[in-house]
Amino acid sequence: MTIALRNADVFAAEDLPLLCVRGLTRTYGTRIGCAEVDLDVWPGEVLAIVGESGSGKSTLLNCISARLEPTSGTVCYRMRDGEMRDLYRLQEAERRLLLRTDWGFVHQNPADGLRMTVSAGANVGERLMAVGDRHYGRIRETATDWLGRVEISADRIDDQPRAFSGGMRQRLQIARNLVTGPRLVFMDEPTGGLDVSVQARLLDLLRGLVNDLGLAVIIVTHDLAVARLLSHRMIVMKDGNVIEHGLTDRLLDDPQAPYTQLLVSSILQV
Amino acid sequence: MNAMSRNATYNFAYLDEQTKRMIRRAILKAIAIPGYQVPFASREMPMPYGWGTGGVQVTAAILGPDDVLKVIDQGADDTTNAVSIRKFFERVAGIETTTHTAEATIIQTRHRIPEAPLAEGQVLVYQVPIPEPLRFLEPRETETRKMHALEEYGLMHVKLYEDIAKNGHIATTYAYPVKVEGRYVMDPSPTPKFDNPKMHMSAALQLFGAGREKRIYALPPHTEVVSLDFEDHPFEVQRFDRPCALCGAEQVYLDEIVLDDRGGRMFVCSDTDHCETRRAEGHRGELGGELSGEAK
Ligand SMILES: Nc1ncnc2c1ncn2[C@@H]1O[C@H](COP(=O)(O)OP(=O)(O)OP(=O)(O)O)[C@@H](O)[C@H]1O
Ligand SMILES: [Mg+2]
Ligand SMILES: [Zn+2]
Repeated sequence: MTIALRNADVFAAEDLPLLCVRGLTRTYGTRIGCAEVDLDVWPGEVLAIVGESGSGKSTLLNCISARLEPTSGTVCYRMRDGEMRDLYRLQEAERRLLLRTDWGFVHQNPADGLRMTVSAGANVGERLMAVGDRHYGRIRETATDWLGRVEISADRIDDQPRAFSGGMRQRLQIARNLVTGPRLVFMDEPTGGLDVSVQARLLDLLRGLVNDLGLAVIIVTHDLAVARLLSHRMIVMKDGNVIEHGLTDRLLDDPQAPYTQLLVSSILQV
Repeated sequence: MNAMSRNATYNFAYLDEQTKRMIRRAILKAIAIPGYQVPFASREMPMPYGWGTGGVQVTAAILGPDDVLKVIDQGADDTTNAVSIRKFFERVAGIETTTHTAEATIIQTRHRIPEAPLAEGQVLVYQVPIPEPLRFLEPRETETRKMHALEEYGLMHVKLYEDIAKNGHIATTYAYPVKVEGRYVMDPSPTPKFDNPKMHMSAALQLFGAGREKRIYALPPHTEVVSLDFEDHPFEVQRFDRPCALCGAEQVYLDEIVLDDRGGRMFVCSDTDHCETRRAEGHRGELGGELSGEAK
Protein backbone atom coordinates (compact mmCIF):
# COMPACT_ATOMS: atom_id res chain seq x y z
CA MET A 1 0.00 0.00 0.00
CA THR A 2 2.65 2.44 1.13
CA ILE A 3 4.88 1.61 -1.79
CA ALA A 4 2.15 2.15 -4.33
CA LEU A 5 1.42 5.49 -2.77
CA ARG A 6 5.05 6.54 -2.98
CA ASN A 7 5.25 5.62 -6.65
CA ALA A 8 2.20 7.66 -7.33
CA ASP A 9 3.89 10.56 -5.57
CA VAL A 10 6.95 10.32 -7.75
CA PHE A 11 4.91 10.37 -10.92
CA ALA A 12 2.87 13.21 -9.62
CA ALA A 13 5.98 15.27 -8.84
CA GLU A 14 6.13 16.36 -12.47
CA ASP A 15 2.81 18.04 -12.05
CA LEU A 16 3.56 19.60 -8.73
CA PRO A 17 4.95 23.10 -8.30
CA LEU A 18 8.63 23.50 -7.57
CA LEU A 19 8.12 26.66 -5.59
CA CYS A 20 5.09 27.97 -3.72
CA VAL A 21 4.97 31.51 -2.39
CA ARG A 22 2.12 32.49 -0.10
CA GLY A 23 1.25 35.83 1.45
CA LEU A 24 4.79 37.10 1.02
CA THR A 25 5.31 40.55 2.47
CA ARG A 26 8.47 42.50 2.99
CA THR A 27 8.48 45.97 4.48
CA TYR A 28 11.36 48.34 5.03
CA GLY A 29 10.22 50.20 8.12
CA THR A 30 6.95 51.74 7.03
CA ARG A 31 7.76 51.44 3.33
CA ILE A 32 6.36 48.45 1.49
CA GLY A 33 8.80 46.39 -0.55
CA CYS A 34 6.28 43.82 -1.68
CA ALA A 35 2.93 42.86 -0.22
CA GLU A 36 0.87 39.66 0.04
CA VAL A 37 2.37 37.98 -3.01
CA ASP A 38 1.17 34.47 -3.96
CA LEU A 39 2.81 32.60 -6.79
CA ASP A 40 3.76 29.10 -7.93
CA VAL A 41 6.51 28.03 -10.29
CA TRP A 42 6.49 24.64 -12.00
CA PRO A 43 9.53 22.64 -13.09
CA GLY A 44 10.90 23.90 -16.40
CA GLU A 45 8.81 27.04 -16.33
CA VAL A 46 10.06 30.58 -16.89
CA LEU A 47 8.27 33.23 -14.87
CA ALA A 48 8.93 36.90 -15.53
CA ILE A 49 8.39 39.56 -12.89
CA VAL A 50 7.86 42.93 -14.54
CA GLY A 51 7.01 46.39 -13.32
CA GLU A 52 8.43 49.88 -13.15
CA SER A 53 11.38 50.90 -11.02
CA GLY A 54 10.62 50.64 -7.31
CA SER A 55 7.63 48.33 -7.82
CA GLY A 56 9.17 45.62 -5.65
CA LYS A 57 10.60 43.19 -8.19
CA SER A 58 14.01 42.80 -6.57
CA THR A 59 12.54 42.67 -3.10
CA LEU A 60 10.28 39.81 -4.16
CA LEU A 61 13.06 37.98 -5.96
CA ASN A 62 15.42 38.29 -3.01
CA CYS A 63 12.77 37.02 -0.60
CA ILE A 64 11.96 33.96 -2.68
CA SER A 65 15.62 33.15 -3.27
CA ALA A 66 16.40 33.06 0.47
CA ARG A 67 18.53 36.16 0.30
CA LEU A 68 16.23 38.51 2.18
CA GLU A 69 14.06 37.45 5.09
CA PRO A 70 10.38 38.23 4.45
CA THR A 71 8.43 40.17 7.04
CA SER A 72 5.66 37.60 6.73
CA GLY A 73 4.50 34.83 4.45
CA THR A 74 6.06 31.56 3.33
CA VAL A 75 8.28 30.32 0.54
CA CYS A 76 8.21 26.54 0.05
CA TYR A 77 10.51 24.63 -2.27
CA ARG A 78 10.32 21.04 -3.47
CA MET A 79 13.67 19.50 -2.57
CA ARG A 80 15.25 16.85 -4.78
CA ASP A 81 13.77 14.16 -2.58
CA GLY A 82 10.31 15.49 -3.48
CA GLU A 83 9.61 16.95 -0.07
CA MET A 84 8.21 20.47 0.13
CA ARG A 85 10.20 22.55 2.62
CA ASP A 86 9.74 26.04 3.99
CA LEU A 87 12.94 27.88 3.05
CA TYR A 88 13.11 29.98 6.12
CA ARG A 89 12.79 26.92 8.33
CA LEU A 90 15.72 25.13 6.76
CA GLN A 91 18.97 24.91 8.68
CA GLU A 92 21.38 27.51 7.43
CA ALA A 93 23.70 24.79 6.13
CA GLU A 94 20.84 23.23 4.12
CA ARG A 95 19.84 26.59 2.72
CA ARG A 96 23.34 27.47 1.66
CA LEU A 97 23.80 24.08 0.06
CA LEU A 98 20.59 24.59 -1.89
CA LEU A 99 21.83 27.99 -3.03
CA ARG A 100 24.96 26.59 -4.57
CA THR A 101 23.69 23.33 -5.96
CA ASP A 102 20.01 23.19 -6.86
CA TRP A 103 19.68 26.93 -7.43
CA GLY A 104 21.45 29.65 -9.31
CA PHE A 105 21.36 33.41 -9.01
CA VAL A 106 22.37 35.66 -11.88
CA HIS A 107 22.99 39.24 -10.84
CA GLN A 108 22.57 42.27 -13.06
CA ASN A 109 26.11 43.29 -12.27
CA PRO A 110 28.39 40.31 -13.01
CA ALA A 111 30.90 41.54 -10.43
CA ASP A 112 28.31 40.70 -7.75
CA GLY A 113 28.12 37.10 -8.88
CA LEU A 114 31.69 36.39 -9.95
CA ARG A 115 35.02 36.20 -8.19
CA MET A 116 36.81 38.86 -10.16
CA THR A 117 40.30 37.92 -8.99
CA VAL A 118 40.32 34.26 -9.92
CA SER A 119 40.34 32.71 -13.38
CA ALA A 120 37.25 31.93 -15.45
CA GLY A 121 37.96 28.22 -14.94
CA ALA A 122 38.00 28.59 -11.17
CA ASN A 123 34.83 30.67 -11.30
CA VAL A 124 33.04 27.86 -13.08
CA GLY A 125 34.74 25.15 -11.01
CA GLU A 126 33.99 26.70 -7.63
CA ARG A 127 30.61 25.05 -7.16
CA LEU A 128 32.02 21.68 -8.14
CA MET A 129 34.75 22.03 -5.55
CA ALA A 130 32.19 23.25 -3.03
CA VAL A 131 30.30 19.99 -3.37
CA GLY A 132 33.44 17.93 -3.04
CA ASP A 133 34.93 17.38 -6.49
CA ARG A 134 38.63 16.83 -5.88
CA HIS A 135 39.88 15.98 -9.36
CA TYR A 136 41.59 18.92 -11.02
CA GLY A 137 41.52 17.48 -14.52
CA ARG A 138 37.84 16.67 -14.34
CA ILE A 139 36.94 20.08 -12.91
CA ARG A 140 38.87 21.76 -15.68
CA GLU A 141 37.25 19.62 -18.33
CA THR A 142 33.79 20.46 -17.02
CA ALA A 143 34.71 24.15 -16.85
CA THR A 144 35.97 24.08 -20.43
CA ASP A 145 32.77 22.42 -21.53
CA TRP A 146 30.65 25.04 -19.79
CA LEU A 147 32.67 27.92 -21.18
CA GLY A 148 31.97 26.47 -24.61
CA ARG A 149 28.26 26.27 -23.91
CA VAL A 150 28.20 29.97 -23.07
CA GLU A 151 30.33 30.77 -26.12
CA ILE A 152 33.54 31.65 -24.33
CA SER A 153 36.51 30.15 -26.10
CA ALA A 154 38.51 27.54 -24.22
CA ASP A 155 41.71 29.56 -24.41
CA ARG A 156 40.22 32.15 -22.07
CA ILE A 157 39.88 29.63 -19.23
CA ASP A 158 42.83 30.99 -17.28
CA ASP A 159 41.93 34.65 -17.73
CA GLN A 160 40.32 36.59 -14.94
CA PRO A 161 36.85 38.03 -15.60
CA ARG A 162 38.40 41.46 -15.18
CA ALA A 163 39.79 40.94 -18.68
CA PHE A 164 36.33 40.07 -20.08
CA SER A 165 33.75 42.31 -21.75
CA GLY A 166 30.41 42.90 -20.03
CA GLY A 167 28.67 40.31 -22.17
CA MET A 168 31.35 37.70 -21.56
CA ARG A 169 31.22 38.33 -17.83
CA GLN A 170 27.49 37.79 -17.86
CA ARG A 171 27.89 34.55 -19.81
CA LEU A 172 30.57 33.44 -17.39
CA GLN A 173 28.25 34.16 -14.48
CA ILE A 174 25.61 32.01 -16.12
CA ALA A 175 28.04 29.13 -16.66
CA ARG A 176 29.21 29.38 -13.05
CA ASN A 177 25.61 28.97 -11.91
CA LEU A 178 24.60 26.17 -14.26
CA VAL A 179 27.57 23.88 -13.70
CA THR A 180 25.91 21.97 -10.85
CA GLY A 181 22.74 21.36 -12.87
CA PRO A 182 20.39 23.52 -10.81
CA ARG A 183 16.63 23.14 -11.25
CA LEU A 184 15.78 26.75 -10.49
CA VAL A 185 17.65 29.90 -11.47
CA PHE A 186 16.86 33.42 -10.32
CA MET A 187 17.85 36.33 -12.50
CA ASP A 188 17.64 40.03 -11.72
CA GLU A 189 17.83 42.11 -14.90
CA PRO A 190 20.47 39.80 -16.42
CA THR A 191 20.66 41.87 -19.59
CA GLY A 192 20.35 45.19 -17.81
CA GLY A 193 23.81 46.65 -18.14
CA LEU A 194 24.46 45.50 -21.69
CA ASP A 195 24.07 47.31 -24.99
CA VAL A 196 21.37 46.18 -27.35
CA SER A 197 23.24 43.84 -29.68
CA VAL A 198 24.99 42.14 -26.75
CA GLN A 199 21.62 41.82 -25.01
CA ALA A 200 20.11 40.09 -28.00
CA ARG A 201 22.89 37.53 -28.15
CA LEU A 202 22.68 36.85 -24.43
CA LEU A 203 18.90 36.41 -24.58
CA ASP A 204 19.31 33.98 -27.42
CA LEU A 205 21.85 32.00 -25.46
CA LEU A 206 19.69 32.03 -22.35
CA ARG A 207 16.65 30.82 -24.23
CA GLY A 208 18.63 27.96 -25.69
CA LEU A 209 20.07 26.90 -22.34
CA VAL A 210 16.75 27.13 -20.53
CA ASN A 211 15.11 24.95 -23.17
CA ASP A 212 17.93 22.42 -23.34
CA LEU A 213 18.24 22.05 -19.60
CA GLY A 214 14.55 22.29 -18.75
CA LEU A 215 15.37 24.95 -16.17
CA ALA A 216 12.82 26.75 -14.11
CA VAL A 217 13.65 30.46 -14.09
CA ILE A 218 12.32 33.43 -12.23
CA ILE A 219 13.52 36.49 -14.05
CA VAL A 220 13.08 40.11 -13.04
CA THR A 221 13.01 42.60 -15.85
CA HIS A 222 11.47 45.91 -16.65
CA ASP A 223 11.88 45.11 -20.34
CA LEU A 224 8.70 43.56 -21.71
CA ALA A 225 10.56 42.38 -24.80
CA VAL A 226 12.79 40.24 -22.58
CA ALA A 227 9.73 38.84 -20.84
CA ARG A 228 8.09 38.10 -24.19
CA LEU A 229 11.13 36.28 -25.50
CA LEU A 230 11.96 34.17 -22.45
CA SER A 231 8.97 33.64 -20.24
CA HIS A 232 5.93 31.39 -20.23
CA ARG A 233 4.11 33.31 -17.55
CA MET A 234 4.35 36.81 -16.14
CA ILE A 235 3.39 38.76 -13.11
CA VAL A 236 3.07 42.53 -13.19
CA MET A 237 3.95 44.49 -10.06
CA LYS A 238 3.05 47.97 -8.98
CA ASP A 239 3.74 49.55 -5.60
CA GLY A 240 4.71 46.18 -4.17
CA ASN A 241 1.53 44.41 -5.28
CA VAL A 242 0.94 41.87 -8.03
CA ILE A 243 -1.69 43.58 -10.14
CA GLU A 244 -1.90 41.06 -12.96
CA HIS A 245 -0.61 37.62 -13.79
CA GLY A 246 -1.06 35.14 -16.57
CA LEU A 247 0.44 33.47 -19.61
CA THR A 248 2.93 35.81 -21.23
CA ASP A 249 1.35 35.86 -24.69
CA ARG A 250 -2.13 36.37 -23.34
CA LEU A 251 -1.01 39.08 -20.94
CA LEU A 252 0.98 41.05 -23.48
CA ASP A 253 -1.59 40.73 -26.26
CA ASP A 254 -4.61 41.36 -24.09
CA PRO A 255 -3.66 43.13 -20.86
CA GLN A 256 -6.51 43.45 -18.38
CA ALA A 257 -5.32 45.85 -15.71
CA PRO A 258 -5.24 49.49 -16.82
CA TYR A 259 -1.67 49.78 -15.56
CA THR A 260 -0.55 46.79 -17.62
CA GLN A 261 -2.31 48.27 -20.63
CA LEU A 262 -0.28 51.41 -20.11
CA LEU A 263 2.95 49.44 -19.74
CA VAL A 264 2.29 47.44 -22.87
CA SER A 265 1.26 50.41 -24.94
CA SER A 266 4.27 52.43 -23.86
CA ILE A 267 6.62 49.66 -24.84
CA LEU A 268 4.89 49.33 -28.19
CA GLN A 269 5.43 52.98 -28.84
CA VAL A 270 9.18 52.66 -28.48
CA MET B 1 70.30 31.23 34.16
CA ASN B 2 68.07 30.09 36.96
CA ALA B 3 64.94 31.20 38.73
CA MET B 4 66.90 33.38 41.15
CA SER B 5 68.12 35.82 38.54
CA ARG B 6 64.68 36.78 37.30
CA ASN B 7 63.91 40.49 37.15
CA ALA B 8 61.38 41.00 39.94
CA THR B 9 59.82 44.12 38.43
CA TYR B 10 57.56 41.90 36.36
CA ASN B 11 55.19 39.15 37.26
CA PHE B 12 56.60 35.73 36.35
CA ALA B 13 56.74 35.56 32.52
CA TYR B 14 55.74 39.22 32.20
CA LEU B 15 51.95 38.82 31.95
CA ASP B 16 49.82 39.21 35.06
CA GLU B 17 48.09 36.09 36.39
CA GLN B 18 44.64 37.15 35.27
CA THR B 19 45.80 37.62 31.70
CA LYS B 20 47.56 34.26 31.78
CA ARG B 21 44.38 32.59 33.01
CA MET B 22 42.43 34.20 30.18
CA ILE B 23 44.95 32.96 27.62
CA ARG B 24 44.99 29.49 29.18
CA ARG B 25 41.23 29.29 28.89
CA ALA B 26 41.55 30.13 25.20
CA ILE B 27 44.27 27.48 24.85
CA LEU B 28 42.14 24.85 26.57
CA LYS B 29 39.23 25.62 24.29
CA ALA B 30 41.56 25.45 21.29
CA ILE B 31 42.81 22.04 22.41
CA ALA B 32 39.24 20.84 22.86
CA ILE B 33 38.36 21.84 19.28
CA PRO B 34 41.46 21.02 17.23
CA GLY B 35 42.07 23.47 14.40
CA TYR B 36 39.39 25.93 15.51
CA GLN B 37 40.48 29.55 15.91
CA VAL B 38 39.63 30.80 19.39
CA PRO B 39 39.50 34.58 19.85
CA PHE B 40 41.43 35.94 22.80
CA ALA B 41 42.13 39.38 24.23
CA SER B 42 45.64 39.78 22.88
CA ARG B 43 47.82 42.07 25.01
CA GLU B 44 50.47 44.55 24.11
CA MET B 45 53.88 42.99 24.50
CA PRO B 46 57.14 44.92 24.79
CA MET B 47 58.08 44.07 21.18
CA PRO B 48 56.67 44.74 17.71
CA TYR B 49 53.86 42.53 16.34
CA GLY B 50 56.11 41.18 13.60
CA TRP B 51 58.13 39.55 16.35
CA GLY B 52 55.49 37.04 17.16
CA THR B 53 53.61 38.52 20.09
CA GLY B 54 50.92 35.85 19.74
CA GLY B 55 53.45 33.09 20.25
CA VAL B 56 55.11 35.01 23.05
CA GLN B 57 51.80 35.37 24.90
CA VAL B 58 51.04 31.67 24.52
CA THR B 59 54.49 30.79 25.80
CA ALA B 60 54.14 33.22 28.69
CA ALA B 61 50.79 31.68 29.65
CA ILE B 62 52.01 28.07 29.71
CA LEU B 63 55.52 28.61 31.06
CA GLY B 64 56.39 27.23 34.49
CA PRO B 65 59.59 27.75 36.49
CA ASP B 66 60.87 24.29 35.55
CA ASP B 67 60.38 24.69 31.83
CA VAL B 68 63.28 24.76 29.43
CA LEU B 69 62.68 27.04 26.48
CA LYS B 70 64.05 26.91 22.95
CA VAL B 71 63.27 29.63 20.41
CA ILE B 72 63.84 29.32 16.68
CA ASP B 73 63.40 31.65 13.77
CA GLN B 74 63.55 29.89 10.43
CA GLY B 75 65.42 26.90 11.82
CA ALA B 76 68.00 28.87 13.72
CA ASP B 77 68.43 29.65 17.40
CA ASP B 78 70.84 32.51 16.79
CA THR B 79 68.85 35.07 14.77
CA THR B 80 68.06 38.44 16.35
CA ASN B 81 64.41 37.55 16.78
CA ALA B 82 65.07 34.18 18.41
CA VAL B 83 67.81 35.54 20.67
CA SER B 84 65.64 38.47 21.79
CA ILE B 85 62.67 36.29 22.68
CA ARG B 86 64.90 33.85 24.54
CA LYS B 87 66.53 36.72 26.46
CA PHE B 88 63.12 38.17 27.18
CA PHE B 89 61.96 35.01 28.91
CA GLU B 90 65.26 34.55 30.74
CA ARG B 91 64.78 38.03 32.15
CA VAL B 92 61.05 37.99 32.96
CA ALA B 93 60.76 34.34 34.02
CA GLY B 94 64.28 33.39 35.01
CA ILE B 95 63.80 30.08 33.26
CA GLU B 96 66.42 27.92 31.67
CA THR B 97 66.84 28.12 27.90
CA THR B 98 68.44 25.78 25.41
CA THR B 99 69.19 25.38 21.74
CA HIS B 100 68.82 21.59 21.89
CA THR B 101 65.49 20.35 20.64
CA ALA B 102 65.56 17.24 22.81
CA GLU B 103 66.20 19.22 26.01
CA ALA B 104 63.43 21.77 25.51
CA THR B 105 60.01 21.42 27.11
CA ILE B 106 58.66 24.39 25.14
CA ILE B 107 59.85 25.35 21.67
CA GLN B 108 58.64 28.64 20.27
CA THR B 109 58.99 28.85 16.52
CA ARG B 110 58.52 31.01 13.52
CA HIS B 111 58.65 29.09 10.19
CA ARG B 112 60.04 25.71 11.12
CA ILE B 113 59.31 22.50 12.96
CA PRO B 114 62.52 20.89 14.24
CA GLU B 115 63.81 17.95 12.23
CA ALA B 116 64.16 15.68 15.26
CA PRO B 117 60.79 14.12 16.10
CA LEU B 118 59.18 15.82 19.08
CA ALA B 119 58.30 13.79 22.13
CA GLU B 120 55.35 13.49 24.42
CA GLY B 121 55.40 16.32 26.95
CA GLN B 122 56.98 18.82 24.59
CA VAL B 123 55.01 21.85 23.42
CA LEU B 124 55.60 23.58 20.12
CA VAL B 125 54.38 27.21 20.06
CA TYR B 126 53.98 28.80 16.64
CA GLN B 127 54.12 32.54 16.00
CA VAL B 128 51.33 33.16 13.51
CA PRO B 129 50.87 36.32 11.45
CA ILE B 130 47.65 35.41 9.56
CA PRO B 131 45.54 32.64 11.09
CA GLU B 132 42.65 32.65 8.60
CA PRO B 133 43.23 30.27 5.68
CA LEU B 134 40.11 31.49 3.84
CA ARG B 135 41.11 35.13 3.82
CA PHE B 136 42.83 34.88 0.46
CA LEU B 137 39.48 34.68 -1.33
CA GLU B 138 37.03 35.87 1.29
CA PRO B 139 38.09 38.97 3.19
CA ARG B 140 34.84 39.24 5.19
CA GLU B 141 35.34 37.90 8.69
CA THR B 142 31.59 37.26 9.22
CA GLU B 143 31.59 35.12 6.11
CA THR B 144 34.75 33.12 6.89
CA ARG B 145 33.39 32.38 10.35
CA LYS B 146 30.21 31.04 8.80
CA MET B 147 32.21 28.99 6.33
CA HIS B 148 34.14 27.35 9.16
CA ALA B 149 30.96 26.75 11.12
CA LEU B 150 29.24 25.13 8.14
CA GLU B 151 32.35 23.34 6.88
CA GLU B 152 32.20 25.16 3.56
CA TYR B 153 35.75 24.77 2.40
CA GLY B 154 35.37 24.72 -1.38
CA LEU B 155 37.26 28.00 -1.58
CA MET B 156 40.45 26.37 -0.34
CA HIS B 157 40.42 24.19 -3.42
CA VAL B 158 39.68 27.19 -5.62
CA LYS B 159 42.97 28.58 -4.37
CA LEU B 160 44.80 25.34 -5.14
CA TYR B 161 43.06 25.15 -8.53
CA GLU B 162 44.40 28.59 -9.38
CA ASP B 163 47.83 27.50 -8.33
CA ILE B 164 47.79 24.54 -10.72
CA ALA B 165 46.20 26.56 -13.53
CA LYS B 166 49.00 29.14 -13.25
CA ASN B 167 51.98 26.94 -12.51
CA GLY B 168 51.09 23.47 -13.67
CA HIS B 169 51.39 22.19 -10.12
CA ILE B 170 50.45 23.30 -6.61
CA ALA B 171 53.02 26.03 -6.14
CA THR B 172 52.07 26.94 -2.57
CA THR B 173 55.19 26.15 -0.58
CA TYR B 174 54.44 27.61 2.82
CA ALA B 175 51.29 28.30 4.84
CA TYR B 176 49.96 25.24 3.04
CA PRO B 177 46.41 24.58 4.27
CA VAL B 178 45.55 21.44 6.22
CA LYS B 179 42.40 19.76 7.44
CA VAL B 180 42.42 18.83 11.09
CA GLU B 181 40.67 15.68 12.30
CA GLY B 182 38.51 15.79 9.19
CA ARG B 183 36.83 18.96 10.38
CA TYR B 184 38.50 22.39 10.52
CA VAL B 185 40.71 23.75 7.78
CA MET B 186 43.74 25.39 9.36
CA ASP B 187 46.63 27.52 8.20
CA PRO B 188 49.93 26.24 9.59
CA SER B 189 51.10 29.76 8.87
CA PRO B 190 54.58 30.53 7.64
CA THR B 191 56.01 27.05 8.04
CA PRO B 192 57.14 25.45 4.78
CA LYS B 193 54.90 22.66 3.53
CA PHE B 194 57.93 20.44 4.05
CA ASP B 195 56.98 20.47 7.72
CA ASN B 196 53.27 19.68 7.24
CA PRO B 197 53.72 15.92 7.63
CA LYS B 198 55.47 16.54 10.97
CA MET B 199 52.28 18.07 12.36
CA HIS B 200 50.35 14.90 11.61
CA MET B 201 50.06 12.62 14.66
CA SER B 202 52.83 14.49 16.45
CA ALA B 203 53.40 13.36 20.03
CA ALA B 204 53.89 17.00 21.06
CA LEU B 205 51.19 19.54 21.79
CA GLN B 206 51.14 22.24 19.10
CA LEU B 207 49.82 25.71 19.95
CA PHE B 208 49.39 28.58 17.50
CA GLY B 209 49.23 32.20 18.62
CA ALA B 210 48.36 35.16 16.40
CA GLY B 211 48.89 38.40 18.34
CA ARG B 212 47.70 41.08 15.97
CA GLU B 213 44.75 38.92 14.87
CA LYS B 214 43.92 37.84 18.42
CA ARG B 215 43.50 34.15 17.69
CA ILE B 216 44.76 30.95 19.27
CA TYR B 217 44.41 27.48 17.79
CA ALA B 218 45.85 24.11 18.64
CA LEU B 219 46.66 20.57 17.67
CA PRO B 220 46.57 18.22 20.65
CA PRO B 221 49.06 15.33 20.56
CA HIS B 222 48.27 12.58 18.03
CA THR B 223 45.94 14.70 15.91
CA GLU B 224 45.22 13.88 12.29
CA VAL B 225 46.51 16.67 10.04
CA VAL B 226 45.97 16.24 6.31
CA SER B 227 47.30 18.63 3.67
CA LEU B 228 44.64 19.60 1.11
CA ASP B 229 45.19 18.51 -2.47
CA PHE B 230 43.56 17.09 -5.60
CA GLU B 231 43.36 13.41 -6.51
CA ASP B 232 45.39 14.08 -9.64
CA HIS B 233 47.72 16.59 -7.95
CA PRO B 234 48.50 14.99 -4.61
CA PHE B 235 50.27 16.87 -1.83
CA GLU B 236 54.04 16.65 -2.02
CA VAL B 237 56.76 18.09 0.16
CA GLN B 238 59.70 19.99 -1.27
CA ARG B 239 62.54 17.71 -2.26
CA PHE B 240 66.17 18.64 -2.15
CA ASP B 241 68.46 17.00 -4.64
CA ARG B 242 71.41 16.89 -2.28
CA PRO B 243 72.26 16.30 1.38
CA CYS B 244 73.35 19.01 3.83
CA ALA B 245 76.85 20.21 2.91
CA LEU B 246 77.90 20.29 6.53
CA CYS B 247 76.41 17.21 8.17
CA GLY B 248 75.31 15.15 5.19
CA ALA B 249 71.72 14.88 6.41
CA GLU B 250 69.17 13.83 3.79
CA GLN B 251 65.43 14.47 3.78
CA VAL B 252 65.84 17.64 5.80
CA TYR B 253 64.93 21.20 4.90
CA LEU B 254 67.93 23.03 3.45
CA ASP B 255 68.81 26.72 3.29
CA GLU B 256 71.00 28.15 0.60
CA ILE B 257 74.09 29.93 1.89
CA VAL B 258 76.10 32.24 -0.34
CA LEU B 259 79.79 31.66 0.27
CA ASP B 260 81.46 34.36 -1.80
CA ASP B 261 80.73 36.94 -4.48
CA ARG B 262 81.79 34.56 -7.26
CA GLY B 263 78.60 32.54 -7.08
CA GLY B 264 79.86 29.99 -4.59
CA ARG B 265 77.06 28.62 -2.42
CA MET B 266 76.11 25.65 -0.38
CA PHE B 267 72.99 24.03 1.01
CA VAL B 268 72.84 23.35 4.70
CA CYS B 269 70.28 22.26 7.30
CA SER B 270 67.89 25.09 8.15
CA ASP B 271 67.59 23.47 11.59
CA THR B 272 70.91 24.54 13.08
CA ASP B 273 70.58 22.41 16.19
CA HIS B 274 69.93 19.33 14.08
CA CYS B 275 73.01 20.07 12.00
CA GLU B 276 75.24 20.70 15.00
CA THR B 277 74.01 17.61 16.80
CA ARG B 278 74.75 15.47 13.77
CA ARG B 279 78.20 16.95 13.36
CA ALA B 280 78.91 16.36 17.04
CA GLU B 281 77.97 12.75 16.39
CA GLY B 282 80.59 12.65 13.65
CA HIS B 283 78.45 13.04 10.54
CA ARG B 284 80.09 15.04 7.77
CA GLY B 285 78.81 16.53 4.50
CA GLU B 286 80.96 17.33 1.47
CA LEU B 287 82.06 20.68 2.97
CA GLY B 288 81.73 19.59 6.56
CA GLY B 289 85.47 19.38 7.19
CA GLU B 290 86.75 22.81 6.20
CA LEU B 291 83.71 25.01 6.52
CA SER B 292 81.88 24.11 9.66
CA GLY B 293 82.03 26.92 12.14
CA GLU B 294 82.64 29.86 9.82
CA ALA B 295 79.80 29.13 7.42
CA LYS B 296 77.08 30.95 9.28
N1 LIG C 1 17.16 48.29 1.56
C1 LIG C 1 16.06 49.03 1.43
N2 LIG C 1 15.72 49.90 2.40
C2 LIG C 1 14.60 50.68 2.30
N3 LIG C 1 13.78 50.62 1.26
C3 LIG C 1 14.05 49.77 0.27
C4 LIG C 1 15.21 48.94 0.29
N4 LIG C 1 15.24 48.19 -0.83
C5 LIG C 1 14.16 48.55 -1.53
N5 LIG C 1 13.44 49.49 -0.88
C6 LIG C 1 12.17 50.09 -1.32
O1 LIG C 1 11.26 49.05 -1.61
C7 LIG C 1 10.54 49.34 -2.79
C8 LIG C 1 10.78 48.24 -3.81
O2 LIG C 1 12.14 48.28 -4.21
P1 LIG C 1 12.80 47.19 -5.17
O3 LIG C 1 14.26 47.42 -5.17
O4 LIG C 1 12.32 45.88 -4.79
O5 LIG C 1 12.19 47.62 -6.58
P2 LIG C 1 12.51 47.14 -8.05
O6 LIG C 1 11.22 46.85 -8.68
O7 LIG C 1 13.51 46.06 -8.02
O8 LIG C 1 13.15 48.46 -8.68
P3 LIG C 1 14.27 48.60 -9.83
O9 LIG C 1 13.60 48.29 -11.12
O10 LIG C 1 14.64 50.05 -9.75
O11 LIG C 1 15.39 47.69 -9.49
C9 LIG C 1 11.00 50.72 -3.24
O12 LIG C 1 10.12 51.67 -2.72
C10 LIG C 1 12.35 50.85 -2.61
O13 LIG C 1 12.64 52.21 -2.37
MG1 LIG D 1 15.55 45.86 -8.78
ZN1 LIG E 1 73.20 19.67 8.39
